[in-house]
Amino acid sequence: MSLTEKDKAAVKALWAKVSKVMDTVGGEALGRMLLVYPQTKTYFSHWPDLTPGSEPVMVHGKLILGGVTEAVSKIDNLRGGLLELSELHAFKLRVDPSNFKMLAHCAMVVIAIMFPKDFTPETHVAFDKFLAAVALGLSEKYR
Amino acid sequence: MVVWTDFERTTIQDIFSKINYAVVGQAAFSRCLTVYPWTQRYFGQFGNLYNAAAIASNPKVAAHGKVIMEALEKAVKDMDNIKATYAELSALHSEKLQVDPDNFMLLGDCLTIVVASQLGKNFTAEVHAAFQKFLAVVVSSLRRQYY
Repeated sequence: MSLTEKDKAAVKALWAKVSKVMDTVGGEALGRMLLVYPQTKTYFSHWPDLTPGSEPVMVHGKLILGGVTEAVSKIDNLRGGLLELSELHAFKLRVDPSNFKMLAHCAMVVIAIMFPKDFTPETHVAFDKFLAAVALGLSEKYR
Repeated sequence: MVVWTDFERTTIQDIFSKINYAVVGQAAFSRCLTVYPWTQRYFGQFGNLYNAAAIASNPKVAAHGKVIMEALEKAVKDMDNIKATYAELSALHSEKLQVDPDNFMLLGDCLTIVVASQLGKNFTAEVHAAFQKFLAVVVSSLRRQYY
């Protein structure tokens, strides 16, 4: 399921639009994930407020989406390009990789809400593949 | 026993009263076949599913999308009895159609994305959570007869 040139082009085109509202997308996606998949809250027990729209959620969402932007820029070599972030997730955060899919899905729901005409089935499959590849890159150093 | 809050009940009724089953069904099912092409394995008799454009214009896909939405409506109409409502459909998917139950949530995710794009800002985080909880219950009921 590796990214074709067509996939990469679709991802970059979508991200050009999404990155303009990136701060909101990240926070919204994270907030939704915590609500829709409550088991993910277990990673954030140190936050005072886990409700959608709260400050820690919005700040952290922005951080995560910054990582995705970095991944878009390294789309030709995700495994190599995400090594540092992978080390962070592997040794410090130790997020179970099954959770990456849940955040990815919530990000796509937010994108579908904000860009319904752009998030066509073809763009969707390219972006889904991309986020799966990012997840794989992030889990590279796990074991 | 699934416990539904009042908010969840009204949200699900509201969503299903607003959406057009033919439109949403076609959009969600064709999206599933496009984004997760291995799901096409169950639809060999549907004709041309060769690419996204073919899937999007395929009349059998459209018809089947509507069938799926009408089946979901049964659960919407009797939210406290979803397990019983889908007992037969579960056996059908397991014994006759032999669908890998992991595929159910793939369709569920595509349906969520289509409904989200239709409802826009009204598909708030809380509405989203209620919708996915509903789909999770449906999927769980469809999985029950597998052994």
